[in-house]
Amino acid sequence: MKIHEYQGKEIFRRYGVPTPRGIACYSVDEALAAARKLGGKVWVVKAQIHAGGRGKGGGVKVAKSLEEVRARAKQILGMQLVTHQTGPQGQKVRRLLIEEGADIAKELYVGLVVDRGTQRVVLMASSEGGMDIEEVAAKTPQKIHKVFVDPAVGLTDAEARGAAKKIGIPDAALAQARQLLQGLYKCFWDTDASLLEVNPLIVSGDGRMVALDAKINFDDNALFRHPDLVALRDLDEEDPLEIEASRYGLSYISLDGDIGCMVNGAGLAMATMDTIKLFGGSPANFLDVGGGATAEKVTAAFKIMLSNPKVKAILVNIFGGIMKCDTIATGVVAAAREVKLAVPLVVRMKGTNEVQGRKILQDSGLPIISADNMAQAGQRVVAAIRKKTVKKVVNKKVVKRKAGRKIVKRKKK
Amino acid sequence: MSILINRKSRVMTQGITGKTGMFHTQTSRAYANGRECYVAGVHPRKAGENFEGIPIFGSVRDAKQNTGATVSVIYVPPPFAAAAIWEAVEADLDLAVCITEGIPVRDLLEVRDRMRKQNRRTLLLGPNCPGVITPDELKIGIMPGHIHKKGRVGVVSRSGTLTYEAVGQLTELGIGQSSAVGIGGDPVNGLKHIDVLRLFNDDPQTDAVIMIGEIGGSDEEEAAHWVKANMKKPVVGFIAGVTAPPGKRMGHAGAIVSGGKGTAQEKLAVMQACGIKVTRNPAEMGRLLKSVLR
Repeated sequence: MKIHEYQGKEIFRRYGVPTPRGIACYSVDEALAAARKLGGKVWVVKAQIHAGGRGKGGGVKVAKSLEEVRARAKQILGMQLVTHQTGPQGQKVRRLLIEEGADIAKELYVGLVVDRGTQRVVLMASSEGGMDIEEVAAKTPQKIHKVFVDPAVGLTDAEARGAAKKIGIPDAALAQARQLLQGLYKCFWDTDASLLEVNPLIVSGDGRMVALDAKINFDDNALFRHPDLVALRDLDEEDPLEIEASRYGLSYISLDGDIGCMVNGAGLAMATMDTIKLFGGSPANFLDVGGGATAEKVTAAFKIMLSNPKVKAILVNIFGGIMKCDTIATGVVAAAREVKLAVPLVVRMKGTNEVQGRKILQDSGLPIISADNMAQAGQRVVAAIRKKTVKKVVNKKVVKRKAGRKIVKRKKK
Repeated sequence: MSILINRKSRVMTQGITGKTGMFHTQTSRAYANGRECYVAGVHPRKAGENFEGIPIFGSVRDAKQNTGATVSVIYVPPPFAAAAIWEAVEADLDLAVCITEGIPVRDLLEVRDRMRKQNRRTLLLGPNCPGVITPDELKIGIMPGHIHKKGRVGVVSRSGTLTYEAVGQLTELGIGQSSAVGIGGDPVNGLKHIDVLRLFNDDPQTDAVIMIGEIGGSDEEEAAHWVKANMKKPVVGFIAGVTAPPGKRMGHAGAIVSGGKGTAQEKLAVMQACGIKVTRNPAEMGRLLKSVLR
């Protein structure tokens, strides 16, 4: 789960990590009132969306007068902010953070993640703050200092101080930096975070350490023990289809393509997407119906897939191990009827009661295309879309079939 | 004979009284030698009771002492699963197989750290895995037994149904399996690809291995390098998630491309460079394996 910057900073403060003073706002009037309340002569107007790269996208602006705060807030609130993480459609800005301006002497980077190899939390610190850290890691990996933290001990004084020194924090600020890094580690651990980033972490003109940004993602599996964090969830920032899917215990992710797919199991679902791509198609989503796919779940899955207007065909791929194919077939038929399915549907089922399952699909009278294996399923769903397109252009049966055969040939290469 | 488990293994179920634990203990018990192999259940408050004749003990230690079970399969719900794993480790079992999905990563970090620091000998498989099966001998986990066939090909995978897909293809081609192992889809887990490949390499009854991976982490790359240096048997592979967008978690907690790392393309390239034959078509896993059998 992701949260906004201003929420992250509130959590930071609880762990003794200094941040600029700031107030979250939902309107231009509130922004103006916030700036007045904060006082001073320089403010920063920051778009609050869950994606990174907000500054480059024009979502972070400095204002040097109240009039400018008003203008900037008006400009940013409601805009479709496009960053490298939002995709080309961008994300609508609904919240702002108005902060006091900071006097920056030095920009640094600090991040914490779980390192899968060592199975420890790793603290990453770099002197290259304010930059895209992935770029730093790729071009100058020596500029990133790592500390693998012993979970039984936590980030020690020596480790924190050592990291601070390595990234060029001046001696006078080392004690502050040590406390700050230890605070960040404790914050990461206590909140079951999966990612915590401060970019930039600054040394101010008067020698103070301040977290100018705050990004925290939490481990979804640990949210059951953090009701306070769950309350910070902002559904406006999430894909409505993904939210709807999670209500039915479905794991769904929207993608850019036009072939919807419904699969049991995350690995097989990814492999199915890959198969669609392999045969020249493009998946519209990832959808794992999980182990116990009931008729109700399957219907919900169909509705969710079809609410994406880009979907031109659907591929169902089920390896019915313990789940029985006849049960799944019944669910698929019921779902197709209920949603009055108007796009081609290709079904591949494997496992217990396979024959009965196929018979149910055949007897349903629905135009369901059956496939024996994954490759065939991929080929047929791609062909189904192309045939449809061809049909629109040329209205002759013979030509249509020829075109279909040609496509199959080309795919075999 | 096989790796990790065989007909002589004696197994206890932790969480035997839950819906999932009951169901899968039943189906596992009905498979091959299951009736002799499943000898105990564990529930902290139900000692003295039984599940369909399987005696229930209050702790893993009691179950081990009274029945000689040295393997445990864990179906305990996520908030308590890490403690259940640790109980199995402390009782010095040979193997703990944790099926539970949705355990907080922090809990696993702590358990794995303690296992390492105390030099514990218990092997952990999972969590968030389908388990392990040695066809015609013993099934420990949630995989469908009937798709398997006894034979000499090893299967190791991070995913459940994709493992069944590979096994199903092999069986259809008449190629049996020595053991099929699901290592699970979580970012912090027990046995990794490299560990299971080591076991297959040392198993005289395994001739070749299918290794199935997915996006996220670098376990497949490390395993590939190990294969190049040490493996005496052919390995073929598939990696799921070529089409997965970066930064999105694809169902499994560990299946995520982050910071440009852990992509399927990168894994496939490293595997290929290390002499592992790979396919981009998951329907071809079985045939690819067949092509390397001598």
